[in-house]
Amino acid sequence: MAELETPEVIKQDLINKYPVKVARRRTKQIVVNEVGDQEEVPEIQSNIRTIPGIITMRGCAYAGCKGVVLGPTRDILQITHGPIGCSFYSWLTRRNQTKPTSDTAPNYMPYAMSTDMQDENIIFGGEKKLKKAIDEAIALFHPKAIGIFSTCPVGLIGDDVHAVCREMEAKYPDTNIFGFSCEGYKGVSQSAGHHIANNKVFTEVLGLSDMTKEGKFRMNMLGEYNIGGDAFELDRMLSDVGITVHSTFSGNSTYEEFASAQNVDLNVVMCHRSINYLADMMETKWGIPWFKVNFIGAESSAKSMRKIAKYFGDAELIATVEKFIEKEMVEISKVREDVKSRCNGKTAMLFVGGSRAHHYQELLAEIGIRTIAAGYEFAHRDDYEGRKVIPSIKVDADTRNIEELTVERDPVSYRARKSEEELKALSDEGIRFGDYEGMMPDMPSDTLVIDDLNHHETEVLIEKYHPDLFCAGVKEKYVVQKYGIPLKQLHSYDYQGPYAGFKGAINFYRDIDRLINTRIWKMINPPWHEEPQLTAKYGWE
Amino acid sequence: MLLRHTPEEIVEREALTIQPAKTCQPVGAMYAALGIHKCLPHSHGSQGCCAYHRSALTRHYKEPVMAATSSFTEGSSVFGGQANLLDAITNIFTIYNPDVIAVHTTCLSETIGDDIPQITAKARDEGRVPNGKFIIRANTPSYVGSHVTGFGNMIKGIIDGFATRGTKSGHINIIPGYVEPSDMSEVKHITKSMGVDTVMFPDTSAVLNGPQTGRYEMYPKGGTPISDLQKTGFAKMTLALGPIASGPGAKFLDTKCGVPYEMLSLPIGIRSTDAFVNALRKNGGIVSDELEYERGQVLDVLTDMQQYFHGKKVALVGDPDHLVPLTEFLTDIGFNVRHVVTGTPGKKFIARIKEAAGTEDINVKEASDFFYLHQLIKNEKVDLILGNTYSKYIARDEDIPLVRIGFPIYDRVGHQYFPILGYRGALRLIEKILNALLDYQDKTAPEEKFELVM
Repeated sequence: MAELETPEVIKQDLINKYPVKVARRRTKQIVVNEVGDQEEVPEIQSNIRTIPGIITMRGCAYAGCKGVVLGPTRDILQITHGPIGCSFYSWLTRRNQTKPTSDTAPNYMPYAMSTDMQDENIIFGGEKKLKKAIDEAIALFHPKAIGIFSTCPVGLIGDDVHAVCREMEAKYPDTNIFGFSCEGYKGVSQSAGHHIANNKVFTEVLGLSDMTKEGKFRMNMLGEYNIGGDAFELDRMLSDVGITVHSTFSGNSTYEEFASAQNVDLNVVMCHRSINYLADMMETKWGIPWFKVNFIGAESSAKSMRKIAKYFGDAELIATVEKFIEKEMVEISKVREDVKSRCNGKTAMLFVGGSRAHHYQELLAEIGIRTIAAGYEFAHRDDYEGRKVIPSIKVDADTRNIEELTVERDPVSYRARKSEEELKALSDEGIRFGDYEGMMPDMPSDTLVIDDLNHHETEVLIEKYHPDLFCAGVKEKYVVQKYGIPLKQLHSYDYQGPYAGFKGAINFYRDIDRLINTRIWKMINPPWHEEPQLTAKYGWE
Repeated sequence: MLLRHTPEEIVEREALTIQPAKTCQPVGAMYAALGIHKCLPHSHGSQGCCAYHRSALTRHYKEPVMAATSSFTEGSSVFGGQANLLDAITNIFTIYNPDVIAVHTTCLSETIGDDIPQITAKARDEGRVPNGKFIIRANTPSYVGSHVTGFGNMIKGIIDGFATRGTKSGHINIIPGYVEPSDMSEVKHITKSMGVDTVMFPDTSAVLNGPQTGRYEMYPKGGTPISDLQKTGFAKMTLALGPIASGPGAKFLDTKCGVPYEMLSLPIGIRSTDAFVNALRKNGGIVSDELEYERGQVLDVLTDMQQYFHGKKVALVGDPDHLVPLTEFLTDIGFNVRHVVTGTPGKKFIARIKEAAGTEDINVKEASDFFYLHQLIKNEKVDLILGNTYSKYIARDEDIPLVRIGFPIYDRVGHQYFPILGYRGALRLIEKILNALLDYQDKTAPEEKFELVM
């Protein structure tokens, strides 16, 4: 890599072509990382408006709300209120696996439902059709809960979805009916939709049930969506050592588990961006502490399990966890060393999500792959720089439009799970409650951090760095691969996985090995590109 | 069961669509625009629309799908999207340098009432559009019609942007319908084989089925060139394949430039392909030995293998332009077409299907969905389903062989590269159908009935 231009020069190359106005904005979203002793990193502008025409990777609030957060819940019947497209595109495309508890237990995920608004509904309003749709859904499916998801035109024509929900709930008292104002234009990316989803689940669902699950150590897994079966693997690992995962938000989850999620002693957070609001609000209302975990990567998974065991503070649990890790590591080390022998020294770039671009760096590092540039699609500054910067984040108009709930301690059911002293002791031992250190402090200095990467910058990065692996989403996959560079989709995992936890790490090592080292890449150039067409001999030969 | 809640009893629904058999206009407009050489489609609305359409097309083709968006915020939704579109135009021409930007609207910008011609005129006045560059546009409100309507509207947009009235030249226009890149290649193969001078638009072949070369081209070599689009108004006639996708454009070109048109079915199966070939013949084409040979090969397979499909019951789901000739073809060769469902609205559909099937005794529904189709199947089981990838949930639950056809196909490859249009397409279609039926027989036959030769 000695011949490479410096990251500052490459940053300049990235923005050279831009109109002045665009360059001025992008220059603050592209940062050369520099990590200080106290995890200080440079400021990166993020969660700001997407530049029109730039060819962004981002999606919308509806995608964040319906697609990401609520989509994986199998027994909340979900009706998209709007023209047909939004419902169609969010129909089973995110690979949230789910496993109903019996052959007859409700599972509405394979059914996409929509009011399919027509022009007369846009002109005269869609409330009547929505009510009728709810009537029909209840008659057919008898669900415990219905979520209504608003799309762009609904907000504009002024349908009062929440009033409809209240009215219909009065008509059907056995069904909890609630609406999400997640019109696509809200906020600047999917992130607004996460927040809207968190708020409504908190106010309309959480705390409604007293269901408890057996177990001495009970927790919720927040921000885990069971893509490719990730949550199944985490459930296996945790239940094996005697920890009860009461509810996962929201992979492989049910309404009842959400409604009783207050009945645990700990929340752990996987995807910080999409679910941190819920973690914070549950702590304030019910006294459930939370901390960040990372189950992507064998070492990170082991660390996260130890952290959870330490929190519960039970000597037997701690010993069981150690034994479990030791057992699992045997196979992991074997595969890792084998794969590493072929992947060591390779370079990668990750541009995805609001957490994955961070988490997967550790997994790649385990097989010797170095991250040279990374960034998020829809993250905020705290996901990059750590939650310590939250007080200094400027709240702009787009963010102000997303409701910030004021939560108070529940006078009846608030219960401090640990005493102040216990929390202090755990903090001293390294558990950072209610905190996330962010991606940048974990990345070496002189790496490039780029928020909301666009197509032009992707091309420049590839041409300048020629990475051995690119990690992004489906829209980027075939662009990058046309360059002859493998792309691993980190939203859908290229329809493989799971990649979380111990078994997931093994799967990932093997899949990356196959992806990078397959002989197919070497076959792209036909032999006649290498050899001259005509060969001749001198007469004396 | 994947679809465990679908009851056998059919109750009419007025308001709730379940498992849609259509999607919204803009994705069709985006697809059509990709069939113009060096064109960047632009979605005027929230960025989620563009992300969803690009993802859907990418999953379907496993190819890069480039498109830009106006990225509306709450502010643009209140004050209109003019500022966003103006910025987008500057940014796109500066950074991505296409020859054409094809703007389509969304439900959001349509509801606001953004006036695209006014905004693009302003962009021109402000010098945001470099010389020799074009902006075309289509109104594609998602709350009208379906993705097929959107395709048709972008065809109109192309004509609006490029066609001018002028002295007639000898060529004919072909609007191929909302079909795959491979099908567009097949249409070109037929016209070339018959020696007919044509302009086909759009043309997504060599755009969405490109090779792996180790080099990425943002604008692949395919797509109808602008110079050809500018000739469409001089054509002696237009052949519109598929009335919903291609009809509105053909009519519009007639109105705008006085180019007469003939409306044909998509050339799926023998009779519809014959009609297409015959129409070309009447317009100066010569039926080549090559085409006669291809036609003969299809008939050969059909006569040889008919015992495996004669009388078999089949359910079809997809887009009207495909379903009508498909019903006709399958009926012609002996299938018993029982259920035909489309999500695209249009009352004529029912009569056209009944005509194609030659019977009133067939379940047909427009503006319907997979949920209804599934209920029909529960009431009368079929031996084969033809439909898009979403059909596979029904196929698995009901243990029925499935042939994937239509949009989207997210879980198989082939549709990018191999046609279902034309005689060669008919051969491929019948091969796929036979394989599905015979694989099923091989899987389910009792051991003593397991056949070596079939």
